[in-house]
Amino acid sequence: MSQLFRKTLILASMAVLAMVQSPRADSLDDFKNLSGKLDIAGGTAHIPVMKAAAQDIMRANPKIRITVAAGGSGVGVQKVGEGLVQIGNTGRALKEKEIAKYGLVSFPFAIDGVAVAVNPDNPVTSLTKAQIKDVFAGKVTNWRELGGHDAPISLYVREDGSGTRETFETRALDKASSTDKANVVNSNGAMKTAIAKDANAIGYVGIGHLDASIRGVAIDGQKPTQEGAASGAYPVTRLLYMNTKGQPQGLTKAFIEYIFSEKGKVLISKAGYIPYAKK
Amino acid sequence: MPRSNFLTENIPQETAGPWLWLGTVLAMLGVFCLCVMIVVAALPAFFSHSHSPFEWVWQPNQGHFGILPMCVGTLLLSFSSLALGFPWALAIAVWHLTEEASAFAHAKTAVGALIRFLTTIPTVVLSFAAVFLLTPFLRLHIGGTGFCLLGASLMVSLLILPTMILVLESGLKGKLEALCPYGLALGFSRYDLLRYCVLPQSVRTLTQAAVLGFGRALGDTLLPLMLAGNAPHVPTRVNESMRTLSAHMALVTANEVGGSAYNSLFAAGLFLLGTSVVVTLILRRLARTDTSPERP
Repeated sequence: MSQLFRKTLILASMAVLAMVQSPRADSLDDFKNLSGKLDIAGGTAHIPVMKAAAQDIMRANPKIRITVAAGGSGVGVQKVGEGLVQIGNTGRALKEKEIAKYGLVSFPFAIDGVAVAVNPDNPVTSLTKAQIKDVFAGKVTNWRELGGHDAPISLYVREDGSGTRETFETRALDKASSTDKANVVNSNGAMKTAIAKDANAIGYVGIGHLDASIRGVAIDGQKPTQEGAASGAYPVTRLLYMNTKGQPQGLTKAFIEYIFSEKGKVLISKAGYIPYAKK
Repeated sequence: MPRSNFLTENIPQETAGPWLWLGTVLAMLGVFCLCVMIVVAALPAFFSHSHSPFEWVWQPNQGHFGILPMCVGTLLLSFSSLALGFPWALAIAVWHLTEEASAFAHAKTAVGALIRFLTTIPTVVLSFAAVFLLTPFLRLHIGGTGFCLLGASLMVSLLILPTMILVLESGLKGKLEALCPYGLALGFSRYDLLRYCVLPQSVRTLTQAAVLGFGRALGDTLLPLMLAGNAPHVPTRVNESMRTLSAHMALVTANEVGGSAYNSLFAAGLFLLGTSVVVTLILRRLARTDTSPERP
């Protein structure tokens, strides 16, 4: 609760600061006659987009309060299903069990690519899909076998249920599981820290999280870029979803429409993802 | 009863009994309900034959929900932390009570302050510091990725150290002070008194310190989560990655709601609770039987 309060406070102060230069966009007109509170929780990948949209909306209409909390895809499903929040975000499609249990409706709004990443000092810049499968299955354990230094491979994976792990295992490992000897970290941030600190590391992060501290590896010659993910040339991609309990109404509906608007698409691109057209 | 305080003034004497009684019953009921709830919630996992938590493989997307590697991991980490931390705690507590410590008053004060300060450091700070200092050091010197049993157990032993020292010191001090006038007059040093008279008579204090230390080591989540590597398998060497039940629960609850993976967590909770109870009972029993009559 206090975390929620703190986040609200941060959002509110950002909104006040940003008021100084606020050209009103037309798509924000939908919020003019609305008021009340909108709570959003779930996938960590969604947060930059959700926060930016929330700032725009609260700036346009101070009567609206929007809170954005993390927690992961599972928490997103649970909270929206139990009516604790109006929008629950997931980095994976809902399971049939979840749809049946809570009566949820999904809105895919962005494409996120997952990149295989190594330490910047590692000479290996490209791997084949077969090599990646062998590495994550624990069959290949030395970088020499992949054209690198003679050093043991430090394997890092994400925890079970992580959307990033699911995307990676489905698209890059063809639904195989990784070896149970791999280290498990529980966020994109922890993964980046682990890879940046360990010269022999290999792991995976959302493409939006690639920066100078780690290096993305090309898969079958396809470099992990947002463009490649959008065109479908880069194979390891996933959709980001917003989920509501039943068809969205009022403020929730307006928020979702804003994410799909032209302004929303700009926010999605800024966060490092590719906008996904509403069907 | 001429002594009057706000309690006896404001509440008639005859109601104080029922209030105390009610408080005790509520507290007991809370503990009882907690135990019943964990047991009841764990039952489906125990009787499910398709997704039994009692196997050695944890592969949720292939229908394997075994928590046994994590049970072993938890026991390995708590006992190794206790084994590393307890002698260290005993040494510091004994040193703190001897003349040697009094001779270096500044060092004594500094160590005391440091121990008390250690109790206030949040585990997330300890873990974060260790990720940047201890993990690369271990990677360089003992191989592996640095996220391993040894790293986690070193930090957990540091975590449980102050608790054990404070318990040991307060337990030993009273007995030592009582013996001092005669013992010192007979030419014993404070260390001799501790070594030959106080410690053999203080098995209960030693046990109490070990039980408290073990309990903290068993339940701590963040240190193993950030330092042990979390690979769901049984480590065969100290430089291998491993996962404790507490870290396992933290990892699974982040993403799962309902389903076999989630249900297996209650079995994990029951195991943690059971281990804590069993170890406490065994140590207490040892303490009772070992309190031998005074030696000459």
